[in-house]
Formats: sequence, C-alpha cells, structure tokens
Amino acid sequence: MKRTTATAVSVVLGSCLLAACGTDGGGGSDGGGSVTLVTHQSFEVSKDVLDAFTEKSGVKVRVLRADDAGAAVNQAILSKGNPQGDVFFGVDNALLSKALDAGIFTPHKAEGLSEIPRQLQLDAEKNRVTPIDHGDVCVNYDRAYFERKKLAPPKTLDDLVKPEYKDMLVVQNAATSSPGLAFLLASVGAYGEDGWQDYWKKLKANGVAMVDGWEQAYNDRFTGSASGRAKGDRPLVVSYASSPPAEVHYGEDKKPAKAPTGVSTGTCFRQIEFAGLLEGAKNPEGGKALLDFLAGEEFQKDLPLNMWVHPARADVELPEVFTRYGAEIEKPHAVAPEDIEANREQWVKQWASLMR
Amino acid sequence: MGQPDEVAARAVATADLPVAAPPPSEHLREGPDGARPSGRSAARRALAVRLGLMAVPVTFFALFFGYPVATIVGRGLREDGRWQFGRAAEVLTSPDTLDVLWFTVWQAAASTALTLLVALPGAYALARFDFPGKRLLRAVVTVPFVLPTVVVGSAFLALVGRGGVLDEAWGLRLDTSVWAILLAHVFFNYAVVVRTVGGLWSQLDPRQEEAARVLGAGRFTAWRRITLPALVPAVAAAALMVFLFTFTSFGVIQVLGGARYATLEVEIYRQTAQFLDLPTAAVLSLLQLAAVAAMLAVHAWTVRRRESALRLVAAEHAARRPRGVGQWAFLWSQLLIVAVLLVLPLAVLVERSLSAPGGYGLAFYRALAEQADASSAFVVPPLEAVGNSLAYAAVATLIAVAVGTLAAAALTRRAGPLVRGFDALLMLPLGVSAVTVGFGFLITLDEPPLDLRSSWILVPLAQALVGVPFVVRTMLPVLRAVDERLREAAAVLGASPWRAWREVDLPLVSRAGLIAAGFAFAVSLGEFGATVFIARPDSPTLPVAVARLLGRAGEYNYGMAMALSTILMLVCAGVLLLLERVRVNRSGEF
Repeated sequence: MKRTTATAVSVVLGSCLLAACGTDGGGGSDGGGSVTLVTHQSFEVSKDVLDAFTEKSGVKVRVLRADDAGAAVNQAILSKGNPQGDVFFGVDNALLSKALDAGIFTPHKAEGLSEIPRQLQLDAEKNRVTPIDHGDVCVNYDRAYFERKKLAPPKTLDDLVKPEYKDMLVVQNAATSSPGLAFLLASVGAYGEDGWQDYWKKLKANGVAMVDGWEQAYNDRFTGSASGRAKGDRPLVVSYASSPPAEVHYGEDKKPAKAPTGVSTGTCFRQIEFAGLLEGAKNPEGGKALLDFLAGEEFQKDLPLNMWVHPARADVELPEVFTRYGAEIEKPHAVAPEDIEANREQWVKQWASLMR
Repeated sequence: MGQPDEVAARAVATADLPVAAPPPSEHLREGPDGARPSGRSAARRALAVRLGLMAVPVTFFALFFGYPVATIVGRGLREDGRWQFGRAAEVLTSPDTLDVLWFTVWQAAASTALTLLVALPGAYALARFDFPGKRLLRAVVTVPFVLPTVVVGSAFLALVGRGGVLDEAWGLRLDTSVWAILLAHVFFNYAVVVRTVGGLWSQLDPRQEEAARVLGAGRFTAWRRITLPALVPAVAAAALMVFLFTFTSFGVIQVLGGARYATLEVEIYRQTAQFLDLPTAAVLSLLQLAAVAAMLAVHAWTVRRRESALRLVAAEHAARRPRGVGQWAFLWSQLLIVAVLLVLPLAVLVERSLSAPGGYGLAFYRALAEQADASSAFVVPPLEAVGNSLAYAAVATLIAVAVGTLAAAALTRRAGPLVRGFDALLMLPLGVSAVTVGFGFLITLDEPPLDLRSSWILVPLAQALVGVPFVVRTMLPVLRAVDERLREAAAVLGASPWRAWREVDLPLVSRAGLIAAGFAFAVSLGEFGATVFIARPDSPTLPVAVARLLGRAGEYNYGMAMALSTILMLVCAGVLLLLERVRVNRSGEF
C-alpha cells in the first residue's frame, strides 16, 4: 500500500514540476530589478563586491555560466536577437571578430573607458565591446628541474626547438583548448602565416607532447605542479603568465623567495577579454550599469585574485603576489582578430594533421 | 555425454513452467475474438489505456528532445534559407568522416564486448551469491558513473600510464594505445551490465536450473538451456546501452585519446561548440542518428521474439552463500576484478585527496571548509555543492522514474509497430549527441511559456533525458516476464486494470524500479549528457565545483578538487546504499 502511495506521489510531483517549469522559467531578466550576465565557467567575482553593486544601483545580478569561452560565444551567436541575458562577458580577441561580425552586441561607451589603455580597445570606434581584462598564455617551466640539471630555462619560441630542450614540452589540443589555440596563435604571430607550420614540424621533431586540455597538461604531465611532481614527465608546459603567482597563492608556502615555476617570456600570446551589451537585452539600462561596473575600479581591483588575469584599467594596482612572483610580458606575439577569424578553422585543421 | 544433458534440460524447459508459456499476445490472439463483442470493447479500452499511459512520455520526449534536436539539425541543413545538400554530400564522402565513423563503430563494439565479458560473471556473482559487503559492492561499482571524466581519466593514467602500476611492474604503458580507452569504458559501464542484467538474474527462480540438474543436465547445459534464454533480453538491453554510451563517448575519448582518436560525438562537439559549423554538425548528427537507429532496429529484431514469461522470485530466495572451493574461487576472482578495475582508480583519487603538503592528512578537506567562509566567491562551500547536487539529482530521478514507469507500463504488452517505434524512440537520447541537444535547447526553449534557458529546471530535465532509458530498460524485461495469466486471473477476480497493475506488476517490478532509480540518480549526479552544454544559473553542483578547481594552478586547488571528488563518491555510494536498504525492508511483500 505504502509503495502505491509513494508511486502516486512521485508521479504527481513529477508532473507538477513539469508544469511548474513553464511558469518560473521566464524569470531571467524581467526589467527593473534584475540583470543577467552570460559568461563562461571561469568567471568569478567576490560576493561583497557584487553586493555593493546591487546596493548602489538597485540592480540584482544573475550569472549564467556556459562551459568554456568558445561554447559561450557560439551560444550567444546562436541565440542572437533573443539572448539568454543582458550582458555577455568573456569574448576574447581570438573570438572577437566572429562575435562582432555576427552582430550580437549593442554599442555602449562604458564609464571609466578612458582609464583603459588604447591598445586593449580593439573596437575603439564603435564601442560594441569593452575590454575588461587581459592575460598571457606562455610556456611555464619547472624551476627546480632546470636548477637541478644546471640548464638555463628556455626564453623564446626559438629556444623550444633546440636539442637541449628535447622531450620537455607538453601542449594542449588547439582544436578544443583555449591555451592550446593561443599557443598556436603565438607561433603564427612569430613566424607568420607561411612559417608556423615549419616551426611546429621542428617542435614535433623535438618531441613535443600533446594532451587534450590544460588540466591534463598541467596537473598530470607538468613536473612543476604539485600533482605532477610525482608522476609528471614534462618540465615545460603551455600555461598562463599568472600560473606562478597562483602556485604561490594556492600553495603551502605563501612567502617563498621565488615561485616554484617560471615563465618563458618570449613565448606568449595575449588574450584580452571583452564584455558587451547583448542585442535584444530585456533590461538594457541594467545591462549598461553592469558594464560600467565591470569596467569600474572596484570590480577591476577584485579581478586578479578571482580570475587570475590582469585588470584592463591602468589605474588599478595589482596584488602583491602578482608583482612579486608574476612576470611582466613586454612584447607578446599578436595576430589581428580579423586574421584569426578568417583563418582559425583552417589553421587548427592544418595543425591537427601536422600533429597526427 | 552431451545428449542426456540436453534431454534433461529440455524436459525442464517444456515442463509446465511459465518459461514455456507461449508469448502472451499470441495466447490472447488464439481466442475467437470476433465471437465475443465484450472482447473487442476490452481491446479498445486497453488501447485507450495504453495511449493514455504513453501521453506523458511522448510529450516529454517531443518537447525536450525531438523538438530541440530537429530544430538545430534543421537549421544546419537549411542554412541561409537553402537546403545544404551539396555540403551534406561533401561531409559524408570525406575520408575524415569515414575514419571517424569507423573508429566510433569499432571502439564501441569492442568496448561493449569487453564490458560484457568482464561484467557478466560479476553480475552472476552479485545476483546468485550471498556474501558480506554485497550491498556495499553493488553501490561501489556504480560510483564511477558519477565521477567527472577529467578526474577519472587522470586516475586511470596514474595506473596504466607512464609511471603507473603496470609500468613499474612490467614496463607496460597503455596511455598511448586504444586500450586505455577500452578499459576506461569497461570501468564506466561495468555497473550498467551488473545492474541491468543482475536485476533480472537475481529474480530468476533457481529451482528451474536445479530441476534440470536433477534430471541429469550438466551445469553448463542447464545454464545454457534454462538461464541463458531467460537472460537474453536483459543482456541485450545492457549491451545496447553500453554500446550507445560508448558509441557517443566524449570525455573518455578526449582525455585519454588526445587528438589521435575522435568519435562522431567529439567531432560534432567541435563543429558545434567550437566552430559553430552547423551544416557539418547537422550532417554528422544525422549520420550518428542513422547508425543508432540501425542498431536499435537490429536490437528490436533479435530480442523481441525471445522475450517470454518467466517465473520470478524474491532476490533473497535466489541468492545463497557460495559452497565449495569452486564457487568461492569464482567469487574471489570476481571481487579481484572489481578491486583492480574499479576500486583501484577510485582509491587513487582518495589517496590524492589525502596527500596534503608534508604528509597525509585532511588539509585539503579543512581548506574546503575554511575557504567557504572567506569572502572570495571562488570556492563553493562543499555542503552547498552537495545540497545542489542532491537537489538536482533528486528532481531528475523523480522525472525519470515517473516518465520511465509510465512508458514501461505502456510498453509491457507487445503489440503493433506503434508501440515498437515508441520503444526505440525512448533509447534515442542515449544515441544523440549531447551538444546537439544542449544547443537545441538554446534555440527552442526560448519563448514564453517555455523560456527555460535561464531556469534551474533545464538541468534536471536534461539529466532525466538520459535517466529515462535506464528506467525503461531495467523495468521492461521484468514487466514483460510477468506471466500474463497472473494479470488475467486478477481481472477475472474483478480487479480493475489499475488494481491489477498495482497488485501484480508493481510488487514484481518495484525491485527493478529501485535499481533503475538508483541508476538514474547516479547518472544525474554525474551530470551526463547535455547538462555540460547548458548555461546554468549560479548554483554550482559538485562536478561543476570540481571542474572549476581543476582549471586553476596551485597545490590547494588540485587537492580540493580531489577532496570534492571523494565527497562526490561518498555521496553517491551513500544514496545508493540507502536505496539498497529500502529494497531489503520491503522484500517481505513478495
């Protein structure tokens, strides 16, 4: 008897849920009080900073996180005109042209834009997107390993194909991983459209290893990470310029003389992340306020230790862990967003057949 | 030698046992239908009931599966207002596509065969033997299902990869070969076989096999002539599910296959999520769908005729303690397989979560608790993540069991092509690419009253899509094995169809139902399928929190990710154990 009741209850509950989802589902951004930020998995913000924004503006922020930046941008393009939210954060320079060409953003000149250096403003004339942060994808090295071997760590892309660094580097799949693609773009920026394939042939001959994502490369293979120290076999990995400060910040020893890992400063590609007001946003006013907030001092200050990137604003001081253990990248390799958009798929395909 | 065996076994099989009963539908058809007007109206009523039962599952699948998938595929095929047939032909005939298709098919077939080979003896041991810790074991084998592939892949590499156990012992490395993928598939799908087949096996009356033995049949012959035929539908169901799971394998292939191996699923993901090349993705999706449909057709054709009524008993009556050296050795060999293949990788994760800086300890668990209080929003409070995970999974399980039970009830009696088509339809969510479903949601569930894109319910709905096939596949073999004459007897005694179902079917199927619910729960907890491709509101679950931690450098991030994975394992095992307990408490109702 009891079981019958339970079955009946679960059937009823199930149908209630199915029925109810229609009514509570639309509450995404019904103007006035709430604004929805569509972004990727790596977006983080301190709670008190977000609360301060809500208190000041009266706008409540909902955050919708898609999987990775690539998927998030494509989902935004697919739902053009009837967007999932009001503001999108997380389109980077590798995907910027695609997003702009698709016309998913409405111009808005954010407050505080004047504090953001000109070279980060890749859409300066139209202001469809606002630069929020930047970070560099660079080869990281295991400091202890190179000290032990009495070998100078590599500094440039050219160094990586030298015989003394044979079988040392692990990279990610450029087809599915964002740092993987960035490192491929670094080589395109350095050697040009005609030269990068030769460079990768040499890298391959020098024993480069390839895994799917950053997690496998850094956590499983890289000897400089805590988890890779025991089982890892590669003292060089494609990661971020901010990884050494993160190693210190999330490590046991918070004040070492040097970070356990270092950055090969001549191997970098700069990723700039932008935010924009989505075309067809249900709460454009709230969205504009949110954009101003993202480009504002408070959020920018909060950025580095949450997302491990540099704030776009020049007037914001970096936390000590960045200045002490991080590397300043003077001249990252660069490729224009239009060129990336025109060639990305072809480059990735050529790269994949090279690496097979 | 073999002859008396065969005769004895046949004697049992043809004795007046339910096994030998003709298939119920034919049984009914024998009656002079036209002579009884009341028979015709009863048939009409039965059809109405069946259509009524089917309404909910049909609506569910049409709305949350058919419509989104058809829309996104349609958009790809009709880009820029024109049909893209040229593009389709180009994709279909490209050697890359054929390579991917070939690899997808053969690795799925090999993984399925390997999984059956390893797991069927395990299913037998768990169904027929009584031993201490059996319930725990049954929960443990299901745990792999809930773990994020990234985590499991890493543990797997630690064992079979460079510097792993095999490497150190024999210099054997599997991380560069396809074996790592196949073994990982066995690891993930062991529970599918044990649960789907074991559910029926443990309820088969052992006395039939014993009768055959008494009449002189050898152990193997008795098994082959009595038990095997009875198990075929369940084994086929399990094989089908493992095949579909490995056919659409995604995470395992990516993590362990690098860029060397790609399945159709991986390729569809790349074309959709990375390149937004919808025409190519649409063609590949249709190719995948066609392959799956062919598979389902073969399955239906081979299995349907073998289903027959069986004598089912309470599982507790069928299992007994192993007797003799042979049985103990067999049991131990199965336990050893489980230990090496399933428990060892899990143990690696636990070990990692405990290997804190400066020796073993709970530092990472403490860090989880401490960071939760800090103002940084990054680390999700573990209790909150557990709560979110449980809530999502509970809702998903509820939906899956409700929809699945209705579907299974409608499908119990075999009948015309309508029902058969519906049966196959229910399996399709396992065979369609998750990214297609996820992106389909995005462009279809976007208008009121069904603007669910930013609603929490989207996540359990996507999880239930994967859960329903499990519920149906686990319950259906048991429901179809229920002797039709029991239902007829109930009807003759004046029971309404609902009452007959409640008194006859439900008690027999509730055990399978709990097994199915446990599986639907595990699948939901592990966030299989389309959930990855849905933008979600800010209530991070355990797998999401693990993924976030793993994506950052630093010893504590990695350690906390391992600690959270361990918590995820414990939560899953705990809930499954609870379900096992529910089952035992109610066994008296048999």
